[in-house]
Amino acid sequence: MNKLKFLIAGILFGIILTKSEVISWFRIYEMFRFESFHMYGVIGSAVGLGIVAVQIIKRLQIKDFSGKPIVIPDKQMRFWPSLLGGTIFGLGWALTGACPGPIYTIIGNGFLVFIVVLASAVIGTLTYGLVMDKLPQK
Amino acid sequence: MTNWLTDPWPWYVAGPLITLTMVLLFLFGKTFGVSSTLRTICSIGGAGKWSDFFKFDWRSAVWNLFFVAGAAIGGYIASTYMTSGEAIALSEATTQSLKQVGIKNPGAEFVPSEIFQWANLATWQGLLFMVVGGFLVGFGTRYAGGCTSGHAITGLSNLQLPSLIAVVGFFIGGLIVTHFIFPFVL
Repeated sequence: MNKLKFLIAGILFGIILTKSEVISWFRIYEMFRFESFHMYGVIGSAVGLGIVAVQIIKRLQIKDFSGKPIVIPDKQMRFWPSLLGGTIFGLGWALTGACPGPIYTIIGNGFLVFIVVLASAVIGTLTYGLVMDKLPQK
Repeated sequence: MTNWLTDPWPWYVAGPLITLTMVLLFLFGKTFGVSSTLRTICSIGGAGKWSDFFKFDWRSAVWNLFFVAGAAIGGYIASTYMTSGEAIALSEATTQSLKQVGIKNPGAEFVPSEIFQWANLATWQGLLFMVVGGFLVGFGTRYAGGCTSGHAITGLSNLQLPSLIAVVGFFIGGLIVTHFIFPFVL
């Protein structure tokens, strides 16, 4: 039952992604052609407000619902993984029109063929785990 | 008159609600980031046999599988009970560019049905968009250490330099495909 709250948070997230059309391949295509402000507005306002929220959490040392201090882990500074991995993901994002969150949500929207995209993404992650030692990791 | 239930939500509603999702997960003692669920699925499937990368306590990550199961259910709820059925209001330039390459009704559905359909998995185009595309999403996010939620939203909100570099990469990749690959494959 303690997992139920995550299910509910996910349901809200899925509704937000659908209602704002950010799960649409067309919106991603439009974004990469710089022909609409919509996606930039969604991500930009989420980050802008997020910066304020994180600063408030840190400065006021806000605690989570179980009473523990909220710790937001730093992302490890690795230049080439961030740039190369980010670029590889960007290629896939434009092709599928979906980053990982939207892949799940668009399946729920009834586009069941995206199960193939999800399975391919799992295989992609699996493959990364097998070859990671051969890639630049700094 | 706008109907908030069935009309699309504008960016200034959706963006802050995504921030709220991130904060909600902080308050639950977790960090917002969807692509790590792909690694968790590999671990549950036994991939630890082949790579130590998948040997971690996946039970501590099961909460995120509930979150993404919810994201799918939320998609079902929104598409079933919260839609007007109207086409996406794409920009005119976008619509025209797609019609020129034979996409008949841009925005009528969330995805171009010419490309994203089961029968198309037997064509090189379908394989490129769905199988290769999905593979690159899974490979790239794990190499970069996050996706749009973990890097672009959470990482940038937390002023993380690696996240900024990753987001630059997201755009390098997306722009390459959209401007240099799509002219040949759409």
